[in-house]
Amino acid sequence: MGSGIGAAMAVKPDLKIELGKQGVFVTTISDLYNWGRKNSVWPMQFGLACCAIEMIATTMARYDLARFGAEVFRPSPRQADLMIISGTVTKKMAPQVVRLYNQMAEPKYVIAMGACAISGGPFKQGYNVLKGIDRYIPVDVHIPGCPPRPEALIHAFMTLQAKIDEQPLTGSERPRHLDAEAQGEFPIPVQGAHDLEPPVNRLVWPLPAPAVIGTDAENCG
Amino acid sequence: MASNPYFPLAVLFVAALGFGLAPLGLAWLWARVFSPAKPNAVKNAIYECGLESRGDAWVQFRSAYYLYAIIFLIFDVEAIFLLPFAVVFTGLGAGACLAMLVFVLLLAEGLAWAWAKGVLAWA
Repeated sequence: MGSGIGAAMAVKPDLKIELGKQGVFVTTISDLYNWGRKNSVWPMQFGLACCAIEMIATTMARYDLARFGAEVFRPSPRQADLMIISGTVTKKMAPQVVRLYNQMAEPKYVIAMGACAISGGPFKQGYNVLKGIDRYIPVDVHIPGCPPRPEALIHAFMTLQAKIDEQPLTGSERPRHLDAEAQGEFPIPVQGAHDLEPPVNRLVWPLPAPAVIGTDAENCG
Repeated sequence: MASNPYFPLAVLFVAALGFGLAPLGLAWLWARVFSPAKPNAVKNAIYECGLESRGDAWVQFRSAYYLYAIIFLIFDVEAIFLLPFAVVFTGLGAGACLAMLVFVLLLAEGLAWAWAKGVLAWA
């Protein structure tokens, strides 16, 4: 049953409409469960740079992220399940970001917001800038832009909601929190002599990466 | 039993309890059965905004501050009492005046005691 309860026992759409005409509403456990999950994603109150200002604007009256169930930005990782990496991740800050991610509640999701968070952006050539947070933690949605407008963040949030909605509750694709084997701890990089060590987390970053020693301009992709 | 006029009320009460407790129980069951806890040293560490925590969460702070707070509270209340007293001062009898005098003198005694103890000197 690799496709999971939701896919295997989903209600046929035309049958659903037919029953709906008769005033009968049918759903599956997985649909109901994911509906609840996707509409109660709590982001962490955490910002890094200019993108954080756009993130703040997204939460305020004009764009109002509260409409999507992300009303509460929690100031503690213990109560948050979405980390919006909003801004430039410097190599000095990366260990803190990974540690906060580790401290968050399962199931946790990550939105990498803006060019810096996804690739280093305009500061990519800087010796002190991490070239994308996805080298250390798994990212669910990347938002390009410098900075992305609040609409872009809302779109990313809706994309994440769609992703949550499609997760089956069983099988290999099930969300991390239902999987006892899923990795719970992501190694926190430490400040080495020249660079962060390790330079990437091999479990989430399969692409070429700089060697630990010396420069990383030629092969960091 | 069922003919008792309070019986529907009892049923409603049980239903109301169940309405609140059932989701909580369900959530607890879900967490216990389907959602395995994955604690680790980093996750269980003290929250320090992503910085490495040093020491433990039990910090010592000066208990002298407690005395400051108590004294502030007492004289704060005294000031609040004195305001209406001052407003209606001319219309009050001797008894009320005497009562207020006792109140203020008691507090003044407390202040003198604290002063003599050296509580007001923040070392």
